[in-house]
Amino acid sequence: MSGGVLAIVSFAGAAPDRGSLEALALARRLAADSGADLEAVVVADASSGRAAAALLGSSRVATAIIVQHDRLTVDHPDGWAAAIGQVVKARTPAAVVGAGTERGNDLLARVAADLGLPMAANCVVIEPGDRYRLTRQRWAGSLLEDCWLDAPIRLMTVAPNTVAVDEAIAGATPTVEVVDVVLTERDLALHVASREAPERGKVSLADAKVVIGGGRGVGSTEGFGDLEELAGLLGGAVGGSRVVTSAGWRPHADQIGQTGLRIAPDIYIACGISGAIQHIVGCKAAKHILAINSDPEAPIMSVADYAVIGDLHAIVPAISAEIRRRAAARA
Amino acid sequence: MSSVPAQARVVIIGAGIVGNSMAWHLAEQGWRDILLLEKGVLPNPGGSTGHASNFIFLVDHSKEMTAFTLDSARQYRELGVYTETGGIEVARTPERMEELKRRMASALSWGIEGTRLLNPAEVKAMVPFIDESVILGAFYTPGVGIVDSLQAGTLMRQKAQDLGALTVAAGVEVTGIDVEDGRVRRVHTDGGTVEADVVVIACGVWSPRIANMAGASIPLTPAVHQMMDIGPVPRFEHTTGDVGFPIIRDMDTNMYERQHGTGFEIGSYAHRAILMDADDIPSIAASALSPTMLPFTKEDFDPQLEDSLELFPEIVGDESVGVKLAINGLLSLTPDGNPIIGETPEVKGLWSAAAIWIKEAPGIAKCLAEWMTTGRPEIDPHGSDIARFHEHHKTAQHIAARAIEGYNKTYGIVHPMEQWASNRPIRLSPAYDRQVELGAVFFEAAGWERPFWYESNRPLLDEYGDRVMPRAAEWDSRWWSPIINAEHLAMRARVGIVDLSAFTIFDVTGPGACAALERLSVNKVDVAPGRTVYTPLLNDAGGILADLTIMRLAADRFRVVTGGGMGMRDKKLFTDQLPADGSAQLHDATNQWTTIGLWGPRARDVLSSVTAADVSHAGFPFLTSKTVDIDGVRTLASRISYVGELGWEIYVPIEQGRRVWDAISEAGRPHGMAPVGIGTYAVTARLEKGYRAHGAELELDFDLVAAGMARPSVKDADFIGKAAYLRKRSEAPVAILCTLTVDDPTSSSGVKRYMLGREPVLGPDGQPLVDAKGRRSYVTSAGSGPSVGKHLLMSYLPPDRAVEGTKLLVDYFGERYPVTVAVAGATPLFDPDNSRIRS
Amino acid sequence: MRVLVCVKRVPATGGRILLTADGSDIDVRHLGFTVSPHEECAVEEAVRIIEAGGGASTVLTLGPAAAEEQLRDAMAIGIDQAVLLETDGRDWDPVAAASAIVESIRAHEATDGPYDLILFGNESADSGGFQVGIRVARALDRPCVTGVKSLLPGDGRFIARREAAAGGWESFELPLPAVVSVKEGINLPRYPSIPGRLRAKKKEIDRSTPAWQPGGLEKIVLRLPREELTAAEVIGRGPDAGPAVVDLLVRIGVVDG
Repeated sequence: MSGGVLAIVSFAGAAPDRGSLEALALARRLAADSGADLEAVVVADASSGRAAAALLGSSRVATAIIVQHDRLTVDHPDGWAAAIGQVVKARTPAAVVGAGTERGNDLLARVAADLGLPMAANCVVIEPGDRYRLTRQRWAGSLLEDCWLDAPIRLMTVAPNTVAVDEAIAGATPTVEVVDVVLTERDLALHVASREAPERGKVSLADAKVVIGGGRGVGSTEGFGDLEELAGLLGGAVGGSRVVTSAGWRPHADQIGQTGLRIAPDIYIACGISGAIQHIVGCKAAKHILAINSDPEAPIMSVADYAVIGDLHAIVPAISAEIRRRAAARA
Repeated sequence: MSSVPAQARVVIIGAGIVGNSMAWHLAEQGWRDILLLEKGVLPNPGGSTGHASNFIFLVDHSKEMTAFTLDSARQYRELGVYTETGGIEVARTPERMEELKRRMASALSWGIEGTRLLNPAEVKAMVPFIDESVILGAFYTPGVGIVDSLQAGTLMRQKAQDLGALTVAAGVEVTGIDVEDGRVRRVHTDGGTVEADVVVIACGVWSPRIANMAGASIPLTPAVHQMMDIGPVPRFEHTTGDVGFPIIRDMDTNMYERQHGTGFEIGSYAHRAILMDADDIPSIAASALSPTMLPFTKEDFDPQLEDSLELFPEIVGDESVGVKLAINGLLSLTPDGNPIIGETPEVKGLWSAAAIWIKEAPGIAKCLAEWMTTGRPEIDPHGSDIARFHEHHKTAQHIAARAIEGYNKTYGIVHPMEQWASNRPIRLSPAYDRQVELGAVFFEAAGWERPFWYESNRPLLDEYGDRVMPRAAEWDSRWWSPIINAEHLAMRARVGIVDLSAFTIFDVTGPGACAALERLSVNKVDVAPGRTVYTPLLNDAGGILADLTIMRLAADRFRVVTGGGMGMRDKKLFTDQLPADGSAQLHDATNQWTTIGLWGPRARDVLSSVTAADVSHAGFPFLTSKTVDIDGVRTLASRISYVGELGWEIYVPIEQGRRVWDAISEAGRPHGMAPVGIGTYAVTARLEKGYRAHGAELELDFDLVAAGMARPSVKDADFIGKAAYLRKRSEAPVAILCTLTVDDPTSSSGVKRYMLGREPVLGPDGQPLVDAKGRRSYVTSAGSGPSVGKHLLMSYLPPDRAVEGTKLLVDYFGERYPVTVAVAGATPLFDPDNSRIRS
Repeated sequence: MRVLVCVKRVPATGGRILLTADGSDIDVRHLGFTVSPHEECAVEEAVRIIEAGGGASTVLTLGPAAAEEQLRDAMAIGIDQAVLLETDGRDWDPVAAASAIVESIRAHEATDGPYDLILFGNESADSGGFQVGIRVARALDRPCVTGVKSLLPGDGRFIARREAAAGGWESFELPLPAVVSVKEGINLPRYPSIPGRLRAKKKEIDRSTPAWQPGGLEKIVLRLPREELTAAEVIGRGPDAGPAVVDLLVRIGVVDG
């Protein structure tokens, strides 16, 4: 029994992805707290695994494990689950820590299901002990839960953006172990059959990186023309608050909020939206919020990162004009 | 979070439709330095305004509420936020069809133009998506409309700001209110403290909580009103505005339905009343939608969905039309269904503007602003006056009981005499048990159980036969008995004993008492001790505030007696006028005294048999009072009459009341005395004598000259309203209060019908009578006149119609009945020279 | 085609979640109840699959008796049948929840035949464990794809599409029977019609009461994270703000410099 702490590390290009760095950071702290070794299993195609594993020394990994199987690629969710399950069974670590990303949770859940072990997703704090005492996110981070995790091997993922990533140590190299795994046809049956590059052109409201939202202040169906124009220039989509879909200014499918869509674009530009709670819950996952509103006291201001004060029907065309001007200048 | 200024003339708490309207009207009335506080965010702070259905139906049976509503609709129109759609109240039952005729009459009485009854086909033509086979007919009001109440609020704030009168602080929550020496001084908020002369609580469902901070009481309860918004409706797909069809009220199912953009809104007052505590309303942040939009409880609404589906199968039954939003919206309910406005009796300078719906808010705000600034509201707000509440009305139990009972009557067919059933009995006369033994039928007044008639008097029906004017129509005889008229006749023939425990009684004492009362009273109060004065009270404009009697018991000691219904309001009128130097005090003695009335030709025989006191006409003249010992109980007897007979009001210490009741009852036996109920006291005997009653004939919009109560001389002392009163006396009256007799009450179906009050009085051509101030003539009071053998009505008529012998018509359930002006002015129809009283 | 969709009753929370005084739970006095947006989409997807291809749909939940409301909500928009695994309201850890669901599925499949497709929401709104669907799939030995935003029926299989980690899309061919966890955005759920609601109200619900089992995860207490108060940075006033806004858009990377 190794009794170590095993981190699951996947890669974005040559470097561990951010979720894996967060998993490594929390796993290292856990290893330090429990006096155990930090180990890592590399989720990468065998061809690139060795190079990837060598990088993990900078993350204080003592032992990097490379899984070797000639048919296993990152496109096999069940295959990787089976492979890591075999590694875990063989090494019996005290804990396994993965990224709390969509893929990270998916992978560890499969491992947990295969091994018949409990799993705690989206952990923020891990306190080792006979039973582990965890703090984990609920309600997409609106709430924290303290809980016990009681299992022979503790499976946990790390909530994104909650753990500081360790600074890299120059020059350190881990011991690399290559492990052969045995995979069945069933393990390899599920795989990505095709891929598509990100689409260009018309974007849906749910997927748009830029969303322009309009509220009561837009005033009419015609008033949305300014917003459409800006959205066209930014490759974004237009939505609205319940007021505007109820008034028939926008189709119902464009409603953002509690009773409509919840969006998570890179930027949400809220035009003439006062910021009622039921609207905010639909847009608060945006990475940035820019409010354009004539009322500097509007509640949207306490949610927005940036604001422009004034009449949206003057400001929005001015933004469009500025984008055009710069594009023309470049051309 | 905003911070608040250090000082303001007036702080208005709450920026819903009410607070915004108050800000604008106070500014318009000339006040400056107005601060509007709002804990939420503008324009929709999360109160009831934000989820209101925003439609305005104009016709109500209440004169006061209709006046507020009409003025509100006018204001919304002027703001440009009113969309006139017309409104249709549909009937599913014959009873409702009758009620709709009554609404037609109310429309005529209150001057609402263009209303008409529709048959189902006419409804279908206006509302093509209705299943007209479900209904029997409808009542149509063309002026009904929808208001954008949030926009209205924004515009009103803007207008007040344009006048430089208003500061708005949103995101500021009130945390406390300081009261010093009975006056409001300052408001604490999480954005700082503001000193203020006047504070207006316009916080809707939160009002009780804010009032409690100042030690005042606003007796309302938050209650749930369920609403659902479905859509998109294919038929409304190309709608550009908010609404293109008339709003429907499905009266018999307690529901309303209306187009709302591409959606369809369904609201209900049919579900069980769901009450909340003002302290228990969630915060803005913790609310899923808003603090007043609570989670929808589906099971309460399901029966209503079936009703809605039945009436609107095309829309509600459309599988493609979805439930977009369904909420349990909070609104304010009060124990009697009326708003709660005016200065709180507990704290000077602290005003309530609560329990006000969208449809009446600007009108009430204008009234309140007039009241606050000049003391002369154009519309008489007495039915909504916060001072009307007695202490028991303010208990959570009473508020809840009446709110629950009243909620499902929102669209109900409510009889004018309908009694509350819940939370009774509260206040009991010492003779209550005796009255129960006599089969008294109790009506409630100010919480008191008052016998309206006594079943023990049923044998009198045989004695008087058809003179009791029996009523065959169920509506006319509801909450009524011919025994009332039999008691009336027995009292006029022999003698009757009347329980008057519901009187409000307060003693005003001290060296400054006389001067303070003189300033309030039209009639001279500085009379010899032992004299009793009947007097009206006026406001500055000469409008009638109250009428009551004042007994001078000693040089510095007066006893004021007034009706229970407005007793607390009247008490506040007096309290407000007490001298600041403390030279006069007011003591509420209501619960110390019971009052027993004894009237009729044999009243003296009865009284003299239980007392050794001199009760002869010379020894105990009319309008005097003195101590009289009855069966070992020291009482105060007052020779006075509201029924037109010889007799006394006998004031008895309440714990000895039953002993005196028993003694007089026993003494009355040989004289054929009958217990007589309030049906006689307040209705039949009063009408025969032409006595005016507050709330019916006596209101702010009438003056003493019109009411026929001007006296030949006016006292020298100054009193409130004197200048206006003197001016009116010098002018020709705009209207004259008359007593009318119904010539023939027989309806087209041969049933005799008897009006109950508030019906429109029409010219012989069927046209409404309108006085020079634009007021319609309507029946102020109605009732039997058993001694004159006629059904009697009172009404203010334009002077050219106020001529004895003039033939007019009265509309009652859609039929017109011939009536005659019997008396123009105050002369009694029965015993015109008052010889009985003075015998 | 037989489709099963599994949902979980959760409070419909507002802007700020309130906890009970002892922190054992969310204060739900003023809250309504719902299912997560992912599950709303899963229900809608089940209805659409049956509308398009015929068959029958079932909704299942493990929860208190009051969770009947969520079952009827699902039936109101077109789900045919409902299964309530009634609990006493205690939390079930994901292992225990999955095992109760699996047991129920096995029992129903034994009498009515297999479900071709079992749908879950990607994660529950409240506990966010990301695993019940996968555990059910593994226990039933069926393939499972999570995060699915498009589900196209084919010949005895489905094409399940989801966002790839590096952007763009990746698709799986799923032979039936299969398990799919869907994400919001796969469809726009319809509102229930009133006839739908009235029909749903009258439908029978298949009820059973699985015994609570302890799991490896046990809640101790709930806490609120520290609040971040932000104030918007005003980057301009009126139309003159155009360049400042575009600078911002460039910085964020949604427009080319």
